[in-house]
Amino acid sequence: MSAFRGLWGMPVLLGVLTAAGLVAGLLGDGWWDAVAVAGLGIPVAVGGWHIFKPARSPH
Amino acid sequence: MSPVSLRRWSWIHKWSSLVCTVFMLLLCLTGLPLIYHHEIGQLLGNEVEAPALQAGSAPPRADLDSVIAAGKARYPDKVMMYMSQEADEPALWFLTMGAHPNDPKFVSIAVDARTARYVAEPPIEGGAVMAFLFHLHVDLFAGVPGKLFLGLMGLLLILAIVSGVVLYAPFMRKLEFGAVRHGRTARLKWLDLHNLLGIVTLVWTLVVGATGVVNTLADVLLQYWQATEIAAMVKPYEGQPPPGRLASMQQSVARAQALQPGMKVAFVAFPGTPFASPHHYGVYMRGDQALTARLYKPVLVDAATGQVTDQRTLPWYLSTLLLSQPLHFGDYGGAGMQFLWALLDLATIVVLGSGLYLWLKRGRAAKARAGAPAPAAAAEPALAREGEAR
Repeated sequence: MSAFRGLWGMPVLLGVLTAAGLVAGLLGDGWWDAVAVAGLGIPVAVGGWHIFKPARSPH
Repeated sequence: MSPVSLRRWSWIHKWSSLVCTVFMLLLCLTGLPLIYHHEIGQLLGNEVEAPALQAGSAPPRADLDSVIAAGKARYPDKVMMYMSQEADEPALWFLTMGAHPNDPKFVSIAVDARTARYVAEPPIEGGAVMAFLFHLHVDLFAGVPGKLFLGLMGLLLILAIVSGVVLYAPFMRKLEFGAVRHGRTARLKWLDLHNLLGIVTLVWTLVVGATGVVNTLADVLLQYWQATEIAAMVKPYEGQPPPGRLASMQQSVARAQALQPGMKVAFVAFPGTPFASPHHYGVYMRGDQALTARLYKPVLVDAATGQVTDQRTLPWYLSTLLLSQPLHFGDYGGAGMQFLWALLDLATIVVLGSGLYLWLKRGRAAKARAGAPAPAAAAEPALAREGEAR
């Protein structure tokens, strides 16, 4: 994995998901809202996981 | 990144954040209950609900002139300023009435759209508590200057976010995404949490921040629109006295609707209000699709004859304003989106708070060092050094 992808891969992915979610909600109701919740929810879940994951011992 | 540009970006990040942090914390804290203002209003009994009608045939629509008459019966001395309808509640009309068309002490009355019966007089801005939070959030009780000041703070927030992203690279170069270094100093742990939550909430904070800034310009944009387009639309009426008797609202709206089939009335501005002219009703229509329901189409109706005189599409800056509102409020994707909006708001509070903490701790570390001989690595900011040390 290149250094750039290692550093920016995840931030770009989460950013794109957020943006897609924000726009999807505007385009319609029903399924669009579900897409919006997924787009916004995945970054929140990823952030939550890294905060509350079991701490690894420092090396 | 070279040490010089690192120091430059650190300086930008530090000062843009420090100046706006207190205000952003205030906005996040007051914004949290505002996300749920409908639910809170219902709990407090400040939300108006249409009375249930007997089930059966399609709900009738009351004549708009009798809806207005219901308001006049309650306030015979007041004049109509606006009447409006929410997209998700076609059974209610909200009438705004005042002593004159620009009365800041207006009253708001809910009238049943099917029976033209008076329903309730909801408290202005959702009651005292919500109004207090609302003003803290929107204008700091300082009107348009307060709004513009918060807009400026929002611009600083955007600068802080952009510089934060630039600094993300040197700090995270040797770390995995999401690494939180527990068990070393508390400061290091909070630095990691600041970076993690900052980058995870990045796009949301940018969008909510930028749309918030756009919203602070609402008054200025509306004034500009009135001075240009509305002024042009009423130019032919220059010098004429305002109409003595107002034309039928039912007929005026029916004519506006005939020109815009498929659109519904969002609100009507009465003669003399900023959204109309002394000679016109401003009938503002909205579409029935998710996107078009957000955008208004103004139709001007001669208030003496009830004839349509002009209709326009909104200029781009007002469309931008109207579309930036849902993106700021988070009210367009159901309960799930509302909840995520609240979580992201809380995460932003942590980013702001941890940023403040990191700055306070840094100050203390620098002070402790001042007595001792400077270590060799002092050429680089302490923040960066500690972040890169592995």
